[in-house]
Amino acid sequence: MDLTIEPAALLLTAAAVLALSGAPWLVLKGPVSGQRLAAFCAVSASLLGLFAAAAVLAGSPQTVYQLGWTLPFGHALFSVDQLSGIFLLPLFLVAGTASVYSLSYWSAREHAGARKLTLFLGLFVSAMVVVVLARNGAVFLMAWEVMALSGYFLLTAGQKSSEAQRAGTVYLIATHTGTMALLALFSLLRVANGTFDFPAPHSLSPMAPAATAIFVTALIGFGGKAGLMPLHFWLPGAHANAPSHVSALMSGVMLKMGVYGILRTVMFFSAVPAWLGWLLLVLGAWSAVGGIALAAGQRDVKRLLACSSIENIGIIFVGIGLALVGMRTGSPVLVTCGLGGAFIHIINHGIFKPLLFMGSGAIIHGTGTREIDRMGGLARRMPVTSPLFLVGSLAICGLPPLNGFVGELFLYIGAFTEGITSPLPVVALAAPVLALAGGLAVITFVKLYGIVFLGVPRSDEASSCHEAGPLMTAPMALLALFCIVFGMAPPLLFRLVTPAVGSYGGVSGGVLEHVGSLVPLVPLMAANLAMFALVLAFGAVYLRRLRALPVASGSTWGCGYLKPTPRMQYNGTSFSELAVNLLGMLVSPRRLKPAMAGAALPRDAAFRYAVTETVLDRMLTPLFRVSGMGFSFIRKLQHGQMHIYVLYIFATLFVLMIWTH
Amino acid sequence: MTDTVIHIALALIFPPLLLGVIGKTKAAFAGRAGAPYLQPYYDLFKLIRKGSVFSETTTWVFRAGPLVTLAAIMAAILLVPFGRHDAPVSFSGDLILFAYLFGLARFFTAIAALDTGSSFEGMGAAREVTFSCLAEPTLFFALITLARMTKSLTLSAVLTQLTPAAWLGAGASMLLLVGALFITLLAENSRIPFDDPNTHLELTMVHEVMVLDHSGPAFGVILYGAALKLFILGAVFVNVALPISTGNALADWGIFIIEMVSLAVAIGVVESVMARLRLLRIPQLLVGATILSAFAMLLVLR
Repeated sequence: MDLTIEPAALLLTAAAVLALSGAPWLVLKGPVSGQRLAAFCAVSASLLGLFAAAAVLAGSPQTVYQLGWTLPFGHALFSVDQLSGIFLLPLFLVAGTASVYSLSYWSAREHAGARKLTLFLGLFVSAMVVVVLARNGAVFLMAWEVMALSGYFLLTAGQKSSEAQRAGTVYLIATHTGTMALLALFSLLRVANGTFDFPAPHSLSPMAPAATAIFVTALIGFGGKAGLMPLHFWLPGAHANAPSHVSALMSGVMLKMGVYGILRTVMFFSAVPAWLGWLLLVLGAWSAVGGIALAAGQRDVKRLLACSSIENIGIIFVGIGLALVGMRTGSPVLVTCGLGGAFIHIINHGIFKPLLFMGSGAIIHGTGTREIDRMGGLARRMPVTSPLFLVGSLAICGLPPLNGFVGELFLYIGAFTEGITSPLPVVALAAPVLALAGGLAVITFVKLYGIVFLGVPRSDEASSCHEAGPLMTAPMALLALFCIVFGMAPPLLFRLVTPAVGSYGGVSGGVLEHVGSLVPLVPLMAANLAMFALVLAFGAVYLRRLRALPVASGSTWGCGYLKPTPRMQYNGTSFSELAVNLLGMLVSPRRLKPAMAGAALPRDAAFRYAVTETVLDRMLTPLFRVSGMGFSFIRKLQHGQMHIYVLYIFATLFVLMIWTH
Repeated sequence: MTDTVIHIALALIFPPLLLGVIGKTKAAFAGRAGAPYLQPYYDLFKLIRKGSVFSETTTWVFRAGPLVTLAAIMAAILLVPFGRHDAPVSFSGDLILFAYLFGLARFFTAIAALDTGSSFEGMGAAREVTFSCLAEPTLFFALITLARMTKSLTLSAVLTQLTPAAWLGAGASMLLLVGALFITLLAENSRIPFDDPNTHLELTMVHEVMVLDHSGPAFGVILYGAALKLFILGAVFVNVALPISTGNALADWGIFIIEMVSLAVAIGVVESVMARLRLLRIPQLLVGATILSAFAMLLVLR
């Protein structure tokens, strides 16, 4: 028997299984069996996919598969390389865990739309697998559209709130604007290459007339999907309103499809123009600081996490920008550090962000609210979720000894090395910017963890909350375990991405080894273990001391005030207010309060505090309102009569046919 | 080997004395006799033998906070060179780990404060994380500048390879750097003009208010950790500000101790002649320090 592994075949099988995983439930009667079957399919497909992705990263042969079709768009080609492998690892990890999580979080008994949701969840994940496997523009776009549309249905299925509907509409408009740019992109590629099939790596010249247009359309189409500022406006609403396991998939995996697209486009060219690297670096830095500043001011658990995704995408793009600048200036160390950092952060963010989104799902499931300021003291009632959420929070702040630190370390080393060696080290400025983003992340996640889980409950919802079931906590525990393992043993992560960095960046083994010695992975592992041992030792001594000495318990010291109430605690808004005010120009906080002067006796008053999303609230919404009024005469065309719509299509085709002849 | 033993012994035993020296200096300015130099040690020994009071709202986070903080600071001790001697542990890129270890310490101090549910401690935690966030870019600008001056990525090399010649060669840059680092040192250690460690008006405090509810051995751990942090950041500062080396190992240790004591006196003088800044002014000063260190980097580049 032939035992050669064909990763592409395994991956296509996994994609097919995932796509069909929700289908049996459409015909099965029972409320439970179909969902369980779907989860079982998803988990087995994920295991298969993880195995295949690992084989790809280990360097198994890359076979190209062709699907027979008669469409005039070239060949339906599928293949998998190490770049795809980097994106497939978190994809399957999150797909498997999210489908198990959904059994308890979005169970058929409680949610009427569960069938639809399960069906589209499978389609969504499967489409993303096909996106990274496709080697033809038309196939890519089809998979991209399936991904975008099933994302829309996942977001709106069974959700009645107007906020969710609005978020869905914004998402749909944003994603289709992006698709429009991508249509232009692949048409331009067809002109440059002669076919819709992807050009061979490094085969196009950056001096070609269409090259600049290709890069710009890729930036708009893929950058918008990734949530790169200023195209991030759809992201907070969409991630906040989707069911939590869907948010986990969207943030952990779908955003990365935009990153993948840009990396793949760059790969077609034999070199990249200098402006692209610098632009990505600047946009990345802007997104990192702007995203986390936006996150710091949020009052909604999931909106906060969504904004922090913008930050992490920014960090990834800082890495890609560093690498592209390094390719341009001929600095293999910078290329390796940038790509290494970006790839590691792609994997890491695909682990800790889903962990946090699932954690937020557990919180929402337990309390029934998303308002940070209504929570408090959940740690006592959610003894399992609380430490898992803490692991995720530490990881996302990039603090040692967890995995988030490793990717950032690569970027810092890249910036510092350039700062030492380059005659004019402008890229070294990335280090203080990353440090600022890191500091803001600590503010944001101390606030999130501290206000939600610690202190005294601020409302009835919080005091009567309950722990999530094992089907929800087990997937989170698995993700947290990965955070800890990769954080404690960082060489593992570097080994995982080394082949991809080598093949994508064209970096030789010698340079990879040199960078491996520059970035302190083994010492970091030793330091992490030493710190862990120290904490254990201190803990043991402290507990012995506590047993030997008298211990009393009382209420929190209120500086002499005897009747403290839960409402007196600092809440999330007050915690981040100082920082948000300092960053006023990035987030422009709005305070709506009644005038205090005037009447002799103050009347009932309300206070509202919100962070402005400048692009959406100040620019796009007014623009759409005006253009909506201007173009209202076109509305007459849309009247809901299906047969007339078919007539439109017929007429368009007829006109096009005459035009081409 | 001897140097390693001296390094660790010095780092573990010496720091509380700095607090004693600062206290004595301030007392001298105020015309008081002041507490003995060894008072901080007496306080620590007393606290270790005291019982504890825990608030009913607290969880394991409150108990773990001081321990994780101390562990992170102790890990940082091993990375910093004292007195022209390389640190016991030194590897390429350790300066970034060094900066992030303080981030870890800060995270746990802040969540331990929020665990009590006290509005005062929440206030202190919010201020601490915000001010430290503003101090972070300063540190990284300074580290890049120093790394470029010494062409090295290890903290030991960056801090020990500076010579008095650096002052002659890049004096303006060094001056800006020392200014920025001194401001950061005062801010990170909650000294005047950023925070008053002696005040009893909780509304105005930053660091002290975060640890209001800690008691007994845990409070001792916190005070000890704060002393260690002052010592570590102080060592970084004197290595940059006074890069004097005799070539004799023992003499270098002696010089280092004298430098540290003088630093403590200097801090005491600053605390005696200055008042606390208004809270709204603090961010401005911190951003100012960032700009100073950015200028220092710019001057090194040219």
